[in-house]
Amino acid sequence: MIRYLARKIVIYLLTFFVAVTIDWAIPRFMPGDPIQGLLSRMHAQPESQQALTSYYSKAFGFDVPVWKQYLNFWVALFHGDLGVSIANFPTPVWDLIRGAVPYTLALLVPAILLSFWAGNKVGALAARRKTLDNSVLPASYILTATPQMWLGIVLAWVFATTLGWFPVSGAYDLSLQPAWSLEFAVSFLHHWVLPFLALFLVAFGGWAIGMRNMIIYELEADYSNYLAALGAPTKLVRRYAYRNALLPQITGLALALGAVVAGAIVVEIVFSYPGLGTLTLGALQNRDYFLIQGIFLFLIIAVLVANFVIDIAYVFIDPRTRIGMQGGS
Amino acid sequence: MPAARPELDLTPTGTPAPVEAPPALAPEGEPGRRPARRSEFVYFAFRNWKFVAGVLLVLAFLGLAIIGPLVTDHKPLEFSGPTDAPPSRDYWFGTTSFGQDVFAQFVYGLRATFLVGCVGGGIAWLLGAAVGFTAGYRSGWLDDVLNMLTNVVLVIPTLAILIIVAAYLNVHSYVTEAVLIGLTSWPWAARAVRAQTFSLKTRDFVDIARLSGRRTRQIITTEIAPNMSSYLLMMFILLFGGAVLIGASLDFLGLGPSTSVSLGLMMNNAYLSSALLLGDWWWFLPPGIGIVAIVGGLYVMNVGLDEIFNPKLREK
Amino acid sequence: MSLRVDDLAVYYDSLRGAVKAVDGASFEIADGEIMGLAGESGCGKSTLGKSLIRFDARMRYVRGKVELDGRELPVWDDARMNPFRFKDVSIIPQYALSALNPTRRIGKMAAELLASRDVHLDEVLPELRRRLQLVGLPEDVLERFPLELSGGMKQRVVMVLSSLLDPSLLIADEVTSALDVSTQRAVAELLVEFRDRGFVKSMIVITHDLSVLYQIADTILVMYAGKLAEKATAETVVHDSRHPYTRMLLSSLPEVGVRYEEERLKGIPGRPPGLIDPPVGCRFKARCPFADARCEQEPPFCAIESGHEAACWKAA
Repeated sequence: MIRYLARKIVIYLLTFFVAVTIDWAIPRFMPGDPIQGLLSRMHAQPESQQALTSYYSKAFGFDVPVWKQYLNFWVALFHGDLGVSIANFPTPVWDLIRGAVPYTLALLVPAILLSFWAGNKVGALAARRKTLDNSVLPASYILTATPQMWLGIVLAWVFATTLGWFPVSGAYDLSLQPAWSLEFAVSFLHHWVLPFLALFLVAFGGWAIGMRNMIIYELEADYSNYLAALGAPTKLVRRYAYRNALLPQITGLALALGAVVAGAIVVEIVFSYPGLGTLTLGALQNRDYFLIQGIFLFLIIAVLVANFVIDIAYVFIDPRTRIGMQGGS
Repeated sequence: MPAARPELDLTPTGTPAPVEAPPALAPEGEPGRRPARRSEFVYFAFRNWKFVAGVLLVLAFLGLAIIGPLVTDHKPLEFSGPTDAPPSRDYWFGTTSFGQDVFAQFVYGLRATFLVGCVGGGIAWLLGAAVGFTAGYRSGWLDDVLNMLTNVVLVIPTLAILIIVAAYLNVHSYVTEAVLIGLTSWPWAARAVRAQTFSLKTRDFVDIARLSGRRTRQIITTEIAPNMSSYLLMMFILLFGGAVLIGASLDFLGLGPSTSVSLGLMMNNAYLSSALLLGDWWWFLPPGIGIVAIVGGLYVMNVGLDEIFNPKLREK
Repeated sequence: MSLRVDDLAVYYDSLRGAVKAVDGASFEIADGEIMGLAGESGCGKSTLGKSLIRFDARMRYVRGKVELDGRELPVWDDARMNPFRFKDVSIIPQYALSALNPTRRIGKMAAELLASRDVHLDEVLPELRRRLQLVGLPEDVLERFPLELSGGMKQRVVMVLSSLLDPSLLIADEVTSALDVSTQRAVAELLVEFRDRGFVKSMIVITHDLSVLYQIADTILVMYAGKLAEKATAETVVHDSRHPYTRMLLSSLPEVGVRYEEERLKGIPGRPPGLIDPPVGCRFKARCPFADARCEQEPPFCAIESGHEAACWKAA
């Protein structure tokens, strides 16, 4: 058990190391000079360009050799310093991220949890009722084949632009300030529904299909047949099948996180939702390298940590792995 | 499991029956009664409506991608017509805010989509199969190393890496974009192939091959791979679909090539031009429908293939 | 108490037609009798055994009557059959090694199963423990997961569990087939002991292995191609069988300690007929050395002497 955990930790540390290195390296070795880009956008006078170039070089740490930049990057990382945004100079990257994360989480967390729960439940139901299966399955295939941003656009078009039931952009009414008030909460929820749905529906489709297949597989398993042969009611058989089918779904959850995060980014852009997605778009458009780096470092680490947690938790949830670790008789 | 939709799992229905096990319905006492193996596939294939529907749908759009650009008079990026015009006889899918023909963009965009799916999915497939077979067949340190590599690439969110790379690399062609996608989507395929190889490795016919002195690569290509052929085919289909979806996201973010057109880029342009607020539904609906149809068709085709290859599911 | 089966027919539905797996079986088992059900693979013995307790998804009831202890068993009606399962009729399935839920402790699963059948675990726990001890299992097996047990241990757990509620009829489906010879003997002896101690009243032991049946069965019923061939006491079947198939089956068994230098081991040439379109008349006639014109008409399965039934025109 300890050896297994130790191996897992090593792999995750290695992944962390590789991810951070990639995140740092790619901008460094890409064509194009960020400072020149910044200066040209600032329309700086030629006389001041020299001074500005050296100022920014120092500010961004370009004046030291590459290997030192790499080390400085790690040091800064451990201090929680992700650098300074070029486009929003001198705002630190971390501050920008910190402001956007709550909105992204507000979309992601409910979307992930609810789609997992609802998708699995409906998938399990579809597995045993043919009529439901015939409608749920095609719908789920369509949903899971749908690009999230397009679903967001369609939802916005139908429910916001055409029917006017929901707003088309933002996280809250622009006339309000974020505050712990009922008015703000209502406005927030009102703006939250459509982007949430765009994420929820697509993920739901995937879980429903997966669970349906897993349940069918479990219902045909030998232990299910044995229980039924001994007269166990279908309720008991289904309960066992459901629990056993959930296990691979949980593994799938860990793997799906990356995809859901990607979906959240594009959906936020569609709705101009002030989360990491919109922040990313702005960063890309402004060629704000440090912000892009910072956002992605944050995302990569967040997904890594979540994966790690689920991975470790799974060992304890599934008796087979737990016993396997401890050595069967 | 496709990179963008990992919830779809190939494993629930188990490994399709290996090539050498015929269905046990008519015993061999009646010679000539059973159709030959390949026509048996054909026999079951065309009776499976999911497979047929999926194939037809995908082929229809493929046909549109090939023939469409030859049929339309307008070029996709040409500012030829009135702006924001709804569908008409001259412009079957209407025009964009810049006066471009949406239908032309759509059919050229389909080409890009199929290209990205094929090349991206193909590269991911090759890499996944290579890594998976090697890791699964050769245990020991090679397996450990490849496993570690797979895990590392697997956990890192694909889109994140692609965004970082594409942001700096200024992708110029869809082939480049496809290559990038392929290089990042292979891990789950490698894992799946490794697991299957593992279970096949212990089978007797592999032992016999090894005893007769076959080299590893030969064993993999002549003994193991053919028994997984159906599985590999289904995996490719999922990778194809996944590549299309990731490509669409990349294009939507404006990270794809800007000189030609793709379905994702169409959506991006539509969004940036406030097509939503202008109500230009003919602009932003078709690209999404195209993707849903193609990827959805692929997935349904895959389900059909699973039923065809796996006799247990067949007679439901 | 006893079992009476009257012209039971069970078919499998397949794409190419109905497989007539059991085509008219009539026999009786007396109280306390262990009846062996023997025949080669595909003869229908497993189907017959299973049909007495629970129909598989693809099995279809065609006709026939089953009576246990004077009460009719509604084998064709899954819901109405349920009260009889486990309590009056029980089964040790062919797949006993994987019959236990892998993610549930054995004791917990047993408790939940019993509770669902309105039996409180407390009522049967002392007896359960006693029987586990009887079969040589440690008491803590109830706390374990199936993964922690060896194949033989799992087999015995299933044996104990299946017979826990003292059913009138226990069906043992190929319980010795996957075991080595010494374990076979131990399991076979356990089956007899269950009957001797009154845990079960009568038993049907399904196997292709006549030598095991000779050791433990009171009577043996031989099946061929979906039809009953012969039924008599074990002694009679082995030493004085009248049906050509049984005779040839026995003579094709190698004897321990005998070296075949002078003669070749006799088999039965040919293969059993397909069951989708079985031949008219006696189904063994194609391979029977004694077949003649009369065999074009199907011989009835009837008594040729007291306690000895056979389906052959030559046997009378």
